[in-house]
Amino acid sequence: MTRISRRVFLAFALLATGLAQAQLSIEITGAGANRIPVAIVDFPGDFAASRVVTTTVRNDLERSGLFKLVDHNGLVFDENAAINYADWKVKGADALAAGSIARSADGRMEARFRLYDTQKGVSLGGAAYVTSNTQLRAAGHRIADYIYEKLTGEKGVFSTRIAYVVKARGQFLLQIADSDGQNAATALTSIEPIISPVWSPDGNKLAYVSFEKKKPVIYVHSLSSGQRIIVANFKGSNSAPAWSPDGRKLAIVLSKDGNSQIYTVNADGSGLQRVTQSSGIDTEPRYSADGSSIFFTSDRGGSPQVYQVGVGGGDVRRVTFEGNYNVSPRPSPDGKSLAFISRREGRFQLAVMDLASRQVQILSDSNKDESPSFAPNSRMILIATETGGRGVLSAVSSDGRIKQRLSIAAGDVREPAWGPYYQ
Amino acid sequence: MKKLLIPALLSALLAACSTTPLPEDGGAPVESRSGSGTGVAPVTAGGVDASGLPRELTDPKSKLSQRSIYFDLDKYEVKDEYKDLVAAHAKYLTANKGFKVLLQGNTDERGSREYNLSLGQKRAEAVKRSLTLLGVKDDQIESVSLGEEKPKNPGHDEAAWAENRRADILYKAPDGRGEF
Repeated sequence: MTRISRRVFLAFALLATGLAQAQLSIEITGAGANRIPVAIVDFPGDFAASRVVTTTVRNDLERSGLFKLVDHNGLVFDENAAINYADWKVKGADALAAGSIARSADGRMEARFRLYDTQKGVSLGGAAYVTSNTQLRAAGHRIADYIYEKLTGEKGVFSTRIAYVVKARGQFLLQIADSDGQNAATALTSIEPIISPVWSPDGNKLAYVSFEKKKPVIYVHSLSSGQRIIVANFKGSNSAPAWSPDGRKLAIVLSKDGNSQIYTVNADGSGLQRVTQSSGIDTEPRYSADGSSIFFTSDRGGSPQVYQVGVGGGDVRRVTFEGNYNVSPRPSPDGKSLAFISRREGRFQLAVMDLASRQVQILSDSNKDESPSFAPNSRMILIATETGGRGVLSAVSSDGRIKQRLSIAAGDVREPAWGPYYQ
Repeated sequence: MKKLLIPALLSALLAACSTTPLPEDGGAPVESRSGSGTGVAPVTAGGVDASGLPRELTDPKSKLSQRSIYFDLDKYEVKDEYKDLVAAHAKYLTANKGFKVLLQGNTDERGSREYNLSLGQKRAEAVKRSLTLLGVKDDQIESVSLGEEKPKNPGHDEAAWAENRRADILYKAPDGRGEF
């Protein structure tokens, strides 16, 4: 792992002291070995708006660990200006973006930009995004996603959102923020624990476990309306929800017949079906990327290990073998790998298995990793961990090279869930 | 081994207190510290306490006021030292079929939250099984888990972890009043 000697601190000023407004701050602690040098010039037009958009684009690209920002020397020009490719090549920029900000007829802001390949001396395309004045950062994230995809060949995740739980002052807050930790909003406040949030594939809902009824109960919460429905409140404990890739079903864990077992249920709580049959613990179900099977944790072999079963039940296949504590399986959205937490010599660490070769790689050097969550492009994994006795979130690239830390000044952050692509 | 001894000692102390009179002098430092300083222990005959439960369930001198069963790391068997305690609760519940109990399983903070939730459930289930084997009706018992989410001891050491690997018995009277 290449360490950036100059630690980049993007600690944003707190807009308010209220917890609901408390922002995650992001610290980059590792970056890719071969970062693409790119320059983003300032956009002409509304100065303040331009500043918001270009700062967002630059921060996104730098934070990804895949790009190195080349100084734009305060240059300002729009997407239609003639480009002196030779100049930019000398400055070391392989790519260059220029654009403009204009107010559209309905009073909203329009951000236009174009991306250039300075080596080949060609335009790589461009786009225009219209947003309200308060959503300018969203336009910046869209532009960063465009640049990321053109230059890396993979879809960007800057426009995605994350969910996580903050514990502070005796309260549990289920919060939603942009992928850079900004724009935090509280979806649920409770004096009882909230765990295991998971995003519906359309990004409109969260399923989670709340202890507000003095026991674990599974809810589905519509984010825009705040409407909540109880999906499972059976006798015993109800926990570990996971959405099917088509968003129609949830795999859940119930103890209504004794120990924890895996069931599937329709997203409205109807159509309950049992999936696993064991005398021990079966929990932490997650659908495979193609929706045909479920990965889960079970102690049926004497120690907790990851297993796989068809969605209709039946034959169970053991997936992890090394060590005596492998839990929290999370298949990557591209179906190629499986992230999980492995206890090695008393340390709980993030591990990733290549599902084709079954090779396992430990990706973290921390002690208390929990709750991995893949970005929708499968490139980064968000985990909960601990630094200085405080819960923080950490994002690690699936090759282990790039690391970022997201923390919140006012409390413990845990239970991260990375949302789907912007839709 | 300290982690195993603390809950064991605590329950031994409590058990001793419930069956033997307080010594006139010396000994029993725990009692003398917690007393009001008057040397007079208040006793109420029968009746219910503020939670609406019979005194015999809540009076510190009654064995039934002991509600916690402690477990070893990654384990969920009810240890022999708690057999008498479980039997006492089973006896009460079979004699008082209108009473219900909520069994809450708990774990220490280490490892996966969801796996710990299931481990806590297994502990609550183990207590439930012991009670039903002694004749308590299934519909008098609900076993749930709080996993690692509601630690009794917020510390991060062996002593705290030992205290948090636990199943608690909560009572509810036929009139709905009680502890859950």
